[in-house]
Amino acid sequence: MKKLLMILLICAGPLWAVQPDEVLDDPELEARARAISTELRCPVCQNESIDESNAPVARDLRIVLRERLVAGDSDDEAIDYMVARFGEFVLMKPRAQGSNLLLWYAAPAMLLAALVIGWITVRRRPSAAPDPLSAQEKAELDKILRQ
Amino acid sequence: MLIELAHFTLILAFAIAICQTFVPLIGAHKGWRGWMAMAEPAAVSQFLLVGFSFAVLTWAFIVSDFSVELVFANSHTDKPMLYKISGVWGNHEGSMLLWLLILALFGACAVWFGSNLPDTLRARVLAVQASISVAFYAFILFTSNPFTRMTFAPLNGRDLNPLLQDPGLAFHPPFLYLGYVGLSMTFSFAVAALIEGRVDAAWGRWVRPWTLAAWMFLTIGIALGSWWAYYELGWGGFWFWDPVENASFMPWLISAALLHSAIVVEKRETLKSWTVLLAILAFGFSLLGTFIVRSGVLTSVHAFANDPERGVFILLILTFFLGGALTLFAARANVLQSKGAFGTVSRESALVLNNILLAVAAFVVFIGTIWPLVAELAFGRVMSVGPPFFDASFSPFMIALAIVLPLGSLLAWKRGRFGRARGPLAALAAVAAAAAALAFAVQTGRSALGPVGLALGIWVVGGAALDLWMRGGRGGPADRLRRIMQLPRADWGKAVAHGGMGITIFGVAGILAWQVEDIRVANIGETFDVGAYQVTLQDVREEAGPNYQSTLADITIARNGRDIAVLSPEKRFYPVARMPTTEAAIRNGILRDIYVVIGDPQAQGGWAVRTYIKPFANWIWGGAILMALGGLLSLSDRRLRIGVGAAKQARSVAAE
Repeated sequence: MKKLLMILLICAGPLWAVQPDEVLDDPELEARARAISTELRCPVCQNESIDESNAPVARDLRIVLRERLVAGDSDDEAIDYMVARFGEFVLMKPRAQGSNLLLWYAAPAMLLAALVIGWITVRRRPSAAPDPLSAQEKAELDKILRQ
Repeated sequence: MLIELAHFTLILAFAIAICQTFVPLIGAHKGWRGWMAMAEPAAVSQFLLVGFSFAVLTWAFIVSDFSVELVFANSHTDKPMLYKISGVWGNHEGSMLLWLLILALFGACAVWFGSNLPDTLRARVLAVQASISVAFYAFILFTSNPFTRMTFAPLNGRDLNPLLQDPGLAFHPPFLYLGYVGLSMTFSFAVAALIEGRVDAAWGRWVRPWTLAAWMFLTIGIALGSWWAYYELGWGGFWFWDPVENASFMPWLISAALLHSAIVVEKRETLKSWTVLLAILAFGFSLLGTFIVRSGVLTSVHAFANDPERGVFILLILTFFLGGALTLFAARANVLQSKGAFGTVSRESALVLNNILLAVAAFVVFIGTIWPLVAELAFGRVMSVGPPFFDASFSPFMIALAIVLPLGSLLAWKRGRFGRARGPLAALAAVAAAAAALAFAVQTGRSALGPVGLALGIWVVGGAALDLWMRGGRGGPADRLRRIMQLPRADWGKAVAHGGMGITIFGVAGILAWQVEDIRVANIGETFDVGAYQVTLQDVREEAGPNYQSTLADITIARNGRDIAVLSPEKRFYPVARMPTTEAAIRNGILRDIYVVIGDPQAQGGWAVRTYIKPFANWIWGGAILMALGGLLSLSDRRLRIGVGAAKQARSVAAE
């Protein structure tokens, strides 16, 4: 419980996220930094990107990221740099590599399968024409019609 | 003494639930009426006993009886009364007791409103419902007893987590639980039908109101949670794809699918086994959600209980009920034969597509939620799956769903043609596309998300209106309007819920695409521009609340030199829990919210201030309210009301 409270203290307190002093002067670079930082996870938080988190380490990461961008890294290079140091844990959007292919392609595969099965079931159904009348029903109908 | 009595009534209810599980089931099997009839008084007395137990716990919170450990750990004498009461379910033990109370309530409702059910089906439904109760009584009594006493009663308590001291969150859990547990009723119906070996139109009609009610409560619960996150967490996010949010979203998606396929069972006697499977899965996801939240296995901001023993217990419950029901399903599904035939282009096919999209969307959420766990256990990779993944892989399903929705809802049953609706539909599509193009031209250089959301919103809302209009038949507008006003409430419910969905889609796209954000250090008295507004930090002062200290800022918002609002964002500190919170100040509007947050004082003077313009924010929750309202309208349709079904059944029996 204590540990949890600590986590809440660090992460869910006044969510401060990006501080005014971190913001880069170049608006274009800053926009790129913001976009990348929503995709990087704060290492000590639960399910929060460094863009949202107010943990000190998230702030450090934001500053490092901005330094890389100012140094002329491309978006991918900056992300690679972070992954090299903190592991793929920091990626909010796992890369579609190795076992992660399962994560990315399970749903589309399932959709495809469901659509095929759905299509076959719908097509294989007897046509929407009603069942022909039985002899008895026909006789009854004739009787009614003759009246 | 009262506390011990409440503990005792809980044990008594446990014993009754055990009897209620077996006796009616045997009675239904052997055809013994007396044994079957036992289920009804048992279900009602279970409700009364758990109700007493819950009332006593609530009373202990109200009078701050700190001799009860739970009250000590989660309450404080200074806490406002509302949060003393909501503190009852703001913790693990109390929330499980609430869960049980609602379970018993639904059981009792099945007795009160189930007089039109055949005896054997009612007995079996109540028995299955009781078996779920047994599992949760055991859980609460053996692992999470809320009535544990302290040896020495302390003078004061430790207070409730301040983040939970909020009106939005006070009512969030009860609504979610009404939804989660409401799905236990459809589960019971599905299992009872499998035991009985019969699913027909009448079954579809009985199951639908329960599903509808559960879905409606889930909608309200999720919307409340999302609204709370929006104003409380301090940067105006409304959905985080957090495991705990996903836990409530999966049953919502599946129950939405179930709602639609149960209509097909009711009207056309087809898709039976699929509907039964969905009913089982919907409750399965509810249990999974409980497991995720209660075990803390995928810890998140929300998980306030962290105990492996409890997690294992819920996992056992989940395995038993889901495994058992699915085994029963595998054994008996072949008994459920479909009757109605339908063409490839028909309302039935459209609903099949709706079900596929919703079910696979739920699967996306599911796999994304558990993937970090799977990857770590199976592949030894420690990784995160966050919002960017869900945004990329979930959104396409909602877009497809929104495109199909108006088309499907206008198709006729059996063999559909758009016929008269073709012209208006084409016109609607053209209007939606034109609006999107216009929005794209005006916004210059922002993402296509906004225009796409706008087009989808117009398409879905317009489709819902068109649906009503077409139902009005032919003739002059006055005639039509009169006929539309007289349409059954279920038709109105459908249109309102679908319209709500369109509005939510637009709101989500709008806020994501067109938000304006400003972060800066402002000195007192300084004015700055955000979007079309001038924001002035007037003053920052200290104030004392009932159980917190507050740093309060006065910020005026002006537009074209005219003041439109004074906002007072706060930073609070709760000394007992030693936790800070932010209270954003929001100027609500139909077209936009102005959202300001005050931050820390800066070393070189001035205060950090965050200002956001959040366009169409309220449309998100407005749409959700409309969806729930649509559910309520359908629920109040006289076809689904109790007496009518019974009367109709009596007539059809007489006719046979």
